[in-house]
Parts: sequence; C-alpha cells; structure tokens
Amino acid sequence: MKYELQPTLPPPANMIGVIGWLRKNLFNGPVNSIATIVVGYFLISFLVPTIQWIFIDADWVGDSRDACTSGGACWVFIANRLDQFLYGFYPEAEHWRVQIAFIILIGSIIWLVLPKTPKKGIVAALLLVAYPVVAFILLYGNSFGLPQVETHLWGGLTLTLVLAVVGIVASLPLGIVLALGRQSEMPIVRSVCVTFIEIWRGVPLITVLFMASVMLPLFFPEGMSFDKLLRALIGITLFQSAYMAEVIRGGLQAIPKGQYEAADALGLGYWQKMILIIMPQALKLMIPGIVNTFIALFKDTSLVLIIGLFDVLAIGQAANQDPKWIGYSTESYLFVALLFWVFCFSMSRYSQHLEKALNTGHGNRA
Amino acid sequence: MSSDMSSSGHKPDGSAKEKAPPVSQPKFWNDPKKRSLLFQVLLLSVLGFVFYTIIDNTLTNLEQRGITTGFDFLTREAGFGIAMSLIDYTEASSYGMTFIVGLLNTILIAVMGIIAATILGFILGVARLSDNWLVAKFSALYIEIFRNIPLLLQIFFWYYAVLRTLPQPRQSIEFLGSFINNRGFIFPAPVPEEGFGLVTVGFFAAIAASWLIARWAKKRQELTGQQFPVALTTIGLVIGVPLVLFLFSGMPLGLDHPELKGFNFKGGITVIPELIALWLALSIYTAAFIAETVRAGILAVSHGQTEAATALGMSKAKTLRLIVIPQALRVVIPPLTSQYLNLTKNSSLATAIGYPDLVNVFAGTTLNQTGQAIEVISMTMAVYLALSLMTSFFMNWYNARIQLSER
Repeated sequence: MKYELQPTLPPPANMIGVIGWLRKNLFNGPVNSIATIVVGYFLISFLVPTIQWIFIDADWVGDSRDACTSGGACWVFIANRLDQFLYGFYPEAEHWRVQIAFIILIGSIIWLVLPKTPKKGIVAALLLVAYPVVAFILLYGNSFGLPQVETHLWGGLTLTLVLAVVGIVASLPLGIVLALGRQSEMPIVRSVCVTFIEIWRGVPLITVLFMASVMLPLFFPEGMSFDKLLRALIGITLFQSAYMAEVIRGGLQAIPKGQYEAADALGLGYWQKMILIIMPQALKLMIPGIVNTFIALFKDTSLVLIIGLFDVLAIGQAANQDPKWIGYSTESYLFVALLFWVFCFSMSRYSQHLEKALNTGHGNRA
Repeated sequence: MSSDMSSSGHKPDGSAKEKAPPVSQPKFWNDPKKRSLLFQVLLLSVLGFVFYTIIDNTLTNLEQRGITTGFDFLTREAGFGIAMSLIDYTEASSYGMTFIVGLLNTILIAVMGIIAATILGFILGVARLSDNWLVAKFSALYIEIFRNIPLLLQIFFWYYAVLRTLPQPRQSIEFLGSFINNRGFIFPAPVPEEGFGLVTVGFFAAIAASWLIARWAKKRQELTGQQFPVALTTIGLVIGVPLVLFLFSGMPLGLDHPELKGFNFKGGITVIPELIALWLALSIYTAAFIAETVRAGILAVSHGQTEAATALGMSKAKTLRLIVIPQALRVVIPPLTSQYLNLTKNSSLATAIGYPDLVNVFAGTTLNQTGQAIEVISMTMAVYLALSLMTSFFMNWYNARIQLSER
C-alpha cells in the first residue's frame, strides 16, 4: 500500500493548448460552432481579397495613372496628391509654417497626455490661450515678416485641424459660462442659458452651417463682411458650446454637494467658490467627456465641404473629379477614412483610459 | 472681502418675542437679491439690444438687396422638380409643397434608418458579449471601425464608390424580376386587385384578436396561474389569418413588372441610389453606437439577477425575457432615443449626395430660388427642434414612468 499523494494527472489533451482554446472559445456547442464557421467564412472571403487589393496587388510608386497596372489599389494617386491632402492649396514655400504649428500642437498634447510630466497646468493654459494666437500668426501671416496666406487657400488636414481645435478651444469658455448659467438661481439667466443650449442641441450642424453662411452676413451692418472660414467657425463654436455646456454641467453635478456647502460655510463668494473649489475638481472629471465631444466635432468638421470649404474630405472629393485620375475614388475615401480613424480611435482610447484612471477615486461616482 | 452669506437680506432666526438686533442696511451690491435682480435686468437689456441690432441690420440689408419678407412665398409656384416624392408633386406645386415633400422624405429615411440600425445594433451589441471569441472580436472590430469614421465620408463612399459604379440600366444586374443598376434598385410593384380589401381586414382583425387574447391570458394567469402561449398564438393569427384569406380569395394581388424601355425602366418601384446610399451609411454608422448602448445596458444588469432567476428554476429563455431584458431596457432606452434623434438629424447630410430631404429641397433649392434665407432656415430648424423637444419630453415621461418600478 502506498500512502504518498499521487501526482495530479495532466488535464485532458483537448482541454489545453490550441485545441483547448478553440474548444472553449469557438466551438463550445452547436450554435457557437455554426456562428464561428459563418463569421469565419465571411471574414476570410471578405478580408483576403481586400488585403490583397490594398497591399499585395497595389501600386505604390509612379507619377501618373499609367503606373497603376497591377489591378490592385492605386496608391500612386494618393502619393501624388499628398501635399494637397495635408495642406490644401497652401503655397508650397510656406508649408513649413503649418508644420511648425502642427509640431507645437502635437508636442504639447504629448506633454499633457504622458503621465508624470511636470507643469501640466502651465502647458495646458498656454495651449488654450497662447497657442491659438501663435498658430494664427503662423498660418495667416501678414506680420513678423511672414507673407499673408488668405484663408481660402487653407485646406486639407490643416483646415480640419484648425476647425476642430478652434471649435473646441473657443467653445470651452462659452460652455463654462452656459453651464454655470444653467445652474444659476437667477430665473432669467437660467432660462436664457437653457433656451440657448436646447436650441443648438436640437438642430443638425448642417443647418447651423447654412445659417452661418447665409444668414450671418445679413445680421451685420453693410460693409462688414466676414471671411467664409470665420463664418463657419462662428457656427461651429456656437453649436459646440451647447454640447460643451452639457459636458461641464455633468462634471459640476458629479461634485458632492458637501463641497459647495463647505465653500459657502467658509464664506467664499460665488466666483471664489467656483474657481478655487468646484472647477478644479470638476474639470478633471470632465476631461473624458470633453475628449468625446472633441471626437464628435472632429468627425463633424467634414460637413464644411457642404458650404464650400476644402477640408480633407473635400480635397478627396475634388481629387476624385480630376479627369486624369477618374475611377480611383475608393482609394481616396480609404485614405481620408484612415486619417480620421487614426485620430478618432486614438482619442477614444485615451478617453477610455482616462475614465478608468479617474474612476478609482472616491466621491459619488459609481 | 465681503461675503454673500452675510446677515443681509435674511430674517434672523429665533423666537418672535426677541427683538431683532438692528441690521445695518448693506450696500445694495452686497445684497444677493438686489444684485441678482440688477444682473438679470442687465442681461435682458444687453440681449434686447443685440436682438434689436440684428433685426434692424437684417431689415436694412434685406431692403437693400430687394428681398421680400414674410411667408407669402409658400403659396407661390415652385417650378422645379424633385427626384423622389411620396405625395403627388409637380413643378406647378407651391413652395409650401416642397416643404412637405422634403419633410416626408426626411421622415422616410429616418424611419428606415432607425429600423435597420436598431436590428443591426442589437445583434452587434449582443454579439460583442458573446462567449464565441471570433463573433465578439468581429463585432468589436465593426464598432471600432465604423464609429470612428465621419458619417459624411461613409455616405460618399456608398454613393460614389459603390452605387454609382454599378452598370448602366442596359447591363442591369437582374434577379427575381428586380434590377440593380446605377439608377437605383427597381423591383415589381404589388398591385392590389379586387378582393384584397378582405385580406387587409383580416390582418387588422387578427391584431385585435391577439390583443384580446393577450388580455384574457394575463387575467387567467393572475387568477389561476395557468399559462397560455400568447406569443405563438399572436404570430399564428397575424400571419395565418391574412394568408388563409389571401389564398381562399384567389390571390388577388398582381405584380407590375419593370421593363427596360429605351434607356430606362418603366413600371415597378424604383428606389433611387441616393436613398440606398444614405440608408446604408446611416444604419451602419448608427448601429455601431446602438451596439455600444445595448452592451452597456446588458452589462448593467447584475449577475445576481440571472443567478436568482436560475435558482427559481426559470428557463434560460424566460430569464432573458422576464429578468434581463426588462432591466437592461431601462438603461438602454434613454440613450437609444438620443441615438434615434442623432440619426434623424444626421439624415440632413442627404443634401451632400442630393437625396431630396428637407434640407436639400427646402433649405437648398427653395432657399436659392426665393432668397428668403431667414424664413426658410428658421422653418427648417424649427422642424428639427420640434422633433428633438418631442423626443426629450418622451424621454422625461419614460424616465419618470420606469423610475416607479425601481426598488
């Protein structure tokens, strides 16, 4: 008789390794097996030719459509127009200005996103206040010895970024005022703010853009004419500020009531209470919401093509009409889609990460 | 630093007998009540001034440009054709009619989009939580791709890169008597013949009967505990009764087959490619958002609920139907309604590919022809605003209603 503990038997061969994983995750039951086969068949029959078309059969180098002979995607088309996709009709000699503005923007965003970089507050303040001025001087010129570049030459990804960044930066202060007004105890202030917010949130952006381009010139005295870009920016900012106000209100409401009462008990005035106690806590909670509205705005900037501005999608549309390159519209749509997707996907991942990181704290958030 | 909470306007607490200490009259800007009054009067006068200036400028500008104001233009003859109309519309119809045609087309695309996006979104939302790895990953891939690409780009893709590259009418793709070409999708139109009214009557009678049966079954279950297969009876009645009547009355439904005449098709029903492109893009885009909503709703039902239902001996299907779905719906429906609203507002992108919706027809062609920007844009905005206010009223009502059932 043996009294030692027998060594445990290894798990059955079909429960571990690749086979075990397949059985557990793909074929655990008749319904799942059928679903796996159907989805798998669909994916293979769709993805394989697509990948082949995009990468393997594609043509990458050349100067004209004659280079596209292999039957795959014609990336030569995109490569030839890459400058237009990025800068629109911005004069080629001045592209460095756009590049510098872009590098400053990306640099400071990376600074803010990375954990443990010092002086985030100062960088954020500079980005919100000083950067728009610097970027405007760089892009528009007409000062500091830079030649002027009219806004109708702006286009492509540059214009998309200008619209999105201006939209978000300009709507932030307006949104804060509206959110505070909506929570105010003064009935007239509150109803003015509620009306403003609900009107803009209730209508599609496209009608706002129509309004900005058709009605806005009528609102101002004769001789006061606006740039088309400026009109679009006014429309986008008003529209966006309503959404921003709701995000900020969400942040304000997430602050426990005790914080408001404690500030009152200390004898702080309204603005002291808001600036010193409530806003610093609420702003942290609002960042994911602000990033999400930024994603929505970033996608919505493509609508400006309807009022005749050349954002990156409009450049793609115009390129498709080029008689020299007829028939390659799929390529240009895919390229523009990829640009948007990279921006939006990375922002949404960042916002999800932030939500998780902020959720560990206490307070009355679930 | 003076404080807002100071002794000022408030009556001192304490017994009435005790004489209140003499309150020094504060400066009026330190009195919250007076100050807020002043502030609101100021705000009103600034707003009034702004509106006055805008209206004054606008009137001057309109006069200078010789644009008439008012809503008289709605009765004038429009004089332009519209590619698709659900009601009778000719070039001789009035501008008011263009508004209605556009509005109906907007409602059509919104309803079509909402139905398709809901079905696709629910499937994808459930699939993302599937324990089948491939299905879950496929759903996640779909959601991450389509919600991060602008809707307008997707509309353009379906319209210019897919539908417009289809063959000419003469080389149409044909199947089951229907045709697909770059002018759209053409299929046979059903033509009701004599006796079809009976089938319609039967259909509505079946719906009424099912409703009565459901009421009776519920009452009986409350009294005796016996159950009745209501769902199966309803399906049987609603499909069966009209079908039997249809067969017995000699199939009184003809088909108007489309035929190629010259360069285009005559007869049948034509769905224009603009509608198809817009419908595909709106459904595919919104489905990604609905899927996320559904997923969040299902995840919000705690696992204890499912376990408790299993412990009570409920079957899996019953657990899902009676325990999980009702609780998930409470979380899902408010964001779902706002997705529906988004879809309706997004349908205004139709104008970019020329689907004749409200924005394209009314805020586009009508505006260009009449030049009456103020009236036209305000009417268009009012439609969307009314839709969104109605939705938010519904949502408040719904939230108030479901709150009652909360523990």
